[in-house]
Amino acid sequence: RSCPANEAFIPPKFCDNRIVSSKYTVWNFLPKNLFEQFRRIANFYFLIIFLVQVIVDTPTSPVTSGLPLFFVITVTAIKQGYEDWLRHKADNEVNKYPVTVLEDGRRIRKESEKIKVGDVVEVEENETFPCDLILLQSSRDDDTCFVTTASLDGESNHKTHYTVPDTEKDLESLNATIECEQPQPDLYKFVGRMHIYKNNQEPAVRSLGPENLLLKGATLKNTQKICGVAVYTGMETKMALNYQGKSQKRSAVEKSINAFLLVYLCILVSKALVCTTLKYVWQSKPGQDEPWYNEKTQREKDTNLYLKMFTDFLSFMVLFNFIIPVSMYVTVEMQKFLGSFFITWDKDFFDPEIQEGALVNTSDLNEELGQVEYVFTDKTGTLTQNNMEFIECCIDGFQYKYRDASSELDGFCVTDGPVYLDKWEELFLRALCLCHTVQVKEPTEGFIASSPDEVALVKGAMRYGFTFLGLESKTMKILNRNNDVEMYELLHVLNFDPVRRRMSVIVRAISGDTLLFCKGADSSIFPRVRQEEVERIRMHVERNATEGYRTLCVAYKYLSAEEYAQADAGLREARLALQDREQKLMAVYNQVETGMSLIGATAVEDRLQEEAAETMEALQGAGMKVWVLTGDKMETAKSTCYACRLFQRNTELLELTVRTLEDGGRRREERLHELLLEYHKKAVQDAPPVKAGVTRSWSLTNQDYGFIIDGATLSMVLNSSTESNSSRYKNLFLQICQNCTAVLCCRMAPLQKAQIVKMVKNSKGCPITLSIGDGANDVSMILEAHVGIGIKGKEGRQAVRNSDYAIPKLKHLKKLLLAHGHLYYVRIAHLVQYFFYKNLCFILPQFLYQFFCGYSQQPLYDAAYLTMYNICFTSMPILAYSLLEQHICMEVLLDNATLYREIAKNAMLRWGPFLYWTLLGVFHGLLFFFGVRYLFSNPALQDNGQVFGNWSYGTIVFTVLVFTVTLKLALDTRHWTWINHFVIWGSLAFYVFFSFFWGGIIWPFLRQQRLYFVFANMLSSVSAWLVIILLILLSLLPEILLVVFRKPRGPHSRQIAAVTPLSYKHLKERQ
Amino acid sequence: MMASSYNAKDEDGHITMSGPGGGTLRSKKPENTAFKQQRLPAWQPILTAGTVLPAFFIIGLIFIPIGIGLYVTSNNIKEFEIDYTGVDMSSPCFNCSQNFSWNSTKPCTCTIPFYLDQPYESNVFMYYGLSNFYQNHRRYVKSRDDSQLNGDMESLTKPSKECEPYASHENKPIAPCGAIANSMFNDTLELFYNDPNGTKIQIPLTTTGIAWWTDKHVKFRNPGGNNPNLTAVFQGTTKPVNWRKPVYELDADPENNGFINEDFIVWMRTAALPTFRKLYRIIQKKNNMVPTLPRGNYTLEVVYNYPVRSFEGRKRMILSTISWMGGKNPFLGIAYITVGSVCFFLGVVLLIIHHKYGNRNNSADISN
Repeated sequence: RSCPANEAFIPPKFCDNRIVSSKYTVWNFLPKNLFEQFRRIANFYFLIIFLVQVIVDTPTSPVTSGLPLFFVITVTAIKQGYEDWLRHKADNEVNKYPVTVLEDGRRIRKESEKIKVGDVVEVEENETFPCDLILLQSSRDDDTCFVTTASLDGESNHKTHYTVPDTEKDLESLNATIECEQPQPDLYKFVGRMHIYKNNQEPAVRSLGPENLLLKGATLKNTQKICGVAVYTGMETKMALNYQGKSQKRSAVEKSINAFLLVYLCILVSKALVCTTLKYVWQSKPGQDEPWYNEKTQREKDTNLYLKMFTDFLSFMVLFNFIIPVSMYVTVEMQKFLGSFFITWDKDFFDPEIQEGALVNTSDLNEELGQVEYVFTDKTGTLTQNNMEFIECCIDGFQYKYRDASSELDGFCVTDGPVYLDKWEELFLRALCLCHTVQVKEPTEGFIASSPDEVALVKGAMRYGFTFLGLESKTMKILNRNNDVEMYELLHVLNFDPVRRRMSVIVRAISGDTLLFCKGADSSIFPRVRQEEVERIRMHVERNATEGYRTLCVAYKYLSAEEYAQADAGLREARLALQDREQKLMAVYNQVETGMSLIGATAVEDRLQEEAAETMEALQGAGMKVWVLTGDKMETAKSTCYACRLFQRNTELLELTVRTLEDGGRRREERLHELLLEYHKKAVQDAPPVKAGVTRSWSLTNQDYGFIIDGATLSMVLNSSTESNSSRYKNLFLQICQNCTAVLCCRMAPLQKAQIVKMVKNSKGCPITLSIGDGANDVSMILEAHVGIGIKGKEGRQAVRNSDYAIPKLKHLKKLLLAHGHLYYVRIAHLVQYFFYKNLCFILPQFLYQFFCGYSQQPLYDAAYLTMYNICFTSMPILAYSLLEQHICMEVLLDNATLYREIAKNAMLRWGPFLYWTLLGVFHGLLFFFGVRYLFSNPALQDNGQVFGNWSYGTIVFTVLVFTVTLKLALDTRHWTWINHFVIWGSLAFYVFFSFFWGGIIWPFLRQQRLYFVFANMLSSVSAWLVIILLILLSLLPEILLVVFRKPRGPHSRQIAAVTPLSYKHLKERQ
Repeated sequence: MMASSYNAKDEDGHITMSGPGGGTLRSKKPENTAFKQQRLPAWQPILTAGTVLPAFFIIGLIFIPIGIGLYVTSNNIKEFEIDYTGVDMSSPCFNCSQNFSWNSTKPCTCTIPFYLDQPYESNVFMYYGLSNFYQNHRRYVKSRDDSQLNGDMESLTKPSKECEPYASHENKPIAPCGAIANSMFNDTLELFYNDPNGTKIQIPLTTTGIAWWTDKHVKFRNPGGNNPNLTAVFQGTTKPVNWRKPVYELDADPENNGFINEDFIVWMRTAALPTFRKLYRIIQKKNNMVPTLPRGNYTLEVVYNYPVRSFEGRKRMILSTISWMGGKNPFLGIAYITVGSVCFFLGVVLLIIHHKYGNRNNSADISN
């Protein structure tokens, strides 16, 4: 019985195999949630106001602020509780997944979460590993198993993992301990030792490396079953460590709101301070504080002066607190929540293939979609479909293009090659059929290989008539064009490795000829073939490469008996070597793979996602910088970038990879330093100085730079040996990247992706970042970026679950950002500004009224109006606006990507527009108050000589206010659907109706019938009508004036300018 | 409006079924409705100079005549104002204002002569005006009990706490309670016309029709229903501290007594600003031949009960005619004329600019 134990420094206490992503439990939900909610400044502020109203005698009742607050808190709590419940469910799905555990020789079904370190777990084909396992036993003969880590690092090829050498076939008798390092997130590193105890013998020690470790989240492929012992479980698995906690993402708009909130808080406090001070100055004059007609109560007289001052201050705060309305938060939340449905409803996001549309996980970030500056995209499965297809080949300098399924064979033969090339063709196709490590999967006639390219090549050969039938006991069978089966004895496989960048097979045909077929990257093949053949092929290869295809060259040579014998001996010897096996093998390989003849080249396309290039182009046109972060090889990634038109043909590539670092032959650090400086000079210093306003525009006339970096180099840049260097490198690196149109980062570990995102996110100007990916390897970057987008791809739903938005295809990103994002941003920006504006001009008259009522905190408006203003009278039109407004219609937005730049950098929520709105609010507030003030210089406003009182005054101001504020919105509305009409005119009608109703009845529950018939009496006064009309018109006049002064420039801008809200005049000016 | 909010909520409820959370319906293809695809037919108004310019002219053309009309109307209103506070030594009421005491039983009267240089043709409205009197002070405004004033028997004997410190006096509830009622204006103003031939004719002043109809008939009710014996109804309550007589003795006319006394109702409607006027009496026009108030000498006789000097207040008596727009107030007329002219002027300026600009724009297009 194996009982491996971990002898780490901490006592062997391991966490269970439970993954927890949820935030709350049933018990801590209420306090924790309340605490989190009141950490928001706004909620806390409202709580304070509410408490003040409860404790101090204030002009308004606590209900006015308590009720909305309670409502907001409850709704948010329910929403968050529901979301957490969903997370619990998802966790449970993973945690309760049944697994087979071997215990005392019996197989026991267990829930995944019950796995403990040291358990021996059995995993079957196509199952994912429930925790990190050390492979002990495999059902395959060669003690290996195949694994795909697609959901971890995005590589969908099959990786070979090995069992620990010398472990018994019989697991029951195995007795061993395992020592391994503390859990760490790097997927490709693992160091451990296994002590195997055999009966009374000295324990055998075997070292463990990453090739023995099966990671949680990876899937077993092509192997019936394996047994492994759990080493890391639960939150200590490498997958879990690569996840970062899902932190609350807050949008830039919310930050703006908070900034504005602070300004308004200052306004509020200063108003209250001014009023308090003036109150005591005013009261110090004799006879003012307590005239005979208005004596204080005993309690008031007894109160300490300073306490009274303080309570007066608080009362003013409460009186003016409507300037920061709770309802804004409700409306913003509602707008976000309801608005996000338009994304889910959009039928353009519906993908018939998977029968799904877009998915919105977080509605908080809708507007952020309109602010994206950096797009980080995964390659495999995101830009590409991860679906290789054989496109064309070139045999002996002649190009063969696979045309159409219908004209398969003929098409091939008669392309443009003369018929005598048949021999070459067949040789080439045989080479394709033989030179690979593909296995045939019986039932579905599919192929399985560690590299999808190989599958594509074999499939390509099949289309031309050469079908690979499989490998049986070292014999490869091929079905040739004449439907004959050809047999080749497989003698040796010279494996592919990334340094050689080629692989070879040595086969012996029936005829007895020994052949070596080699395929590999052009750069590694060309030096090894006879030079006269190279030129013709090179042309094709280069052309194919620039078209974004993955190219491979194929060469062969005949081996004479002596040659073969020599090679065979060399290979065998090297394989058996105990030391430096790798190097020895390499030497033999290099020796064998010389003097070959080039047959041809292939071009394989990793099919791009639909409209990937168009999407990328649109994103770049919209001023976004696209970075490709991939775990894949550089060459592949580069060709994808070309195919997506991220790199143009004239783009100068700046490479910073292990290869370029090693070119100089010096120490890597020095070379890195040198290259960084050189590139920096090129990309940053030599770039023509651009004005701040146009940095985001990219012009074709300038030299475009593309930057390429790989994971190893990146970690050198980020974790340089010395602290000072590190930050300097980081800076240089960032500056270079920011001046490149596209950046490609390859060979990235998931956490490195997140690191890059974080670095950019925290760089100067705090640009808004967006990550898009489809696999679990993208999760950390999706979580790190401001906006994370998951693609509902083939690699599981990890990314989708952790994303903020999920879309079926990459092409949907364009509409999501350019149309939805843009509209959402404009809507919410307008919503926020409008809300602050309408409450400023709501409260300003109330403030001014204090100067006329002895600073006594007398409200100008009736309590009903105070409460209803934000809830009923003015909330619906802005909500409808913020849901339906399309200041520019969607088609135009999609066609003109540049429009996206107009709202870049939070253009509508910066201090300029904010100041405009604030001044507008102040202007309106002053106008309303003093307009009515002068009217009331003679309060006899009715034609029967009767006079109006203070409530009539407030009602007139309020009527003007409601109408002006609503009509102002109507002026800004560019998209009048019936809902807008209904809500805007309905709100006004409701106000009138409500005022009649409210003033028409003696309300038994009211202590004072302040508004009894006030509204009706107001309407019976012609003067009141006239002043209302005058003030409304006068307030809107500047708005209308702006329209005329805003000059359209040119036919194109006129079309857009005409539909831009009036208040965003400044935006047009920047254009 | 309400309907619309419900509408939105219905939508909301519908959403949660098929929306992001609902996993069951996920495979359903989004409905291709105009609303969900944000393709509702919409009117897209475009405010251009072309549409705005006529508006400016129209506003100008409408506002200027209205303004002129208002201005003329306001100017035609005759208004006479006299300050009888008695601050100056020379003022006839100086003595009364100096020797004021709440406890004096003998009322102090003063007589102020004045001269009307124009005849007042139509009904004349007599106001009293107070300055620096903060009827809109919060403590003051809330110091009333509307249910007591509405005739509620329970509130009559148990006035609301808001009335403090004017809720009860000597353990008896005050009716009407509160600071507003307590400080009711109680000067008596009488107007005499000094006939050229020397006789002093008292001008009849109407005491009704000065309060809002709804206030008098609905909001203010005497307790005890239609019980004509107000003295009995108000039994057990006491008069406000500063009042000279109880509420049921305000007027002899039972329709104008108690809480429904119009002087009282007018006072209870708190003024908006610290300087205000309240309607006191109406001088009805008798016949078409004689002006209501002919040109000539008048005397105002004041029973000086109301102290204002302690808070530097002023008292005025105002005689005014009324037009369709109310009392004399040139503000509206001037404002309308100004706004109208500005609009018109802007219209002209904009027209010129627009015309010029339009030409330039066209030429630019051509050169492109």
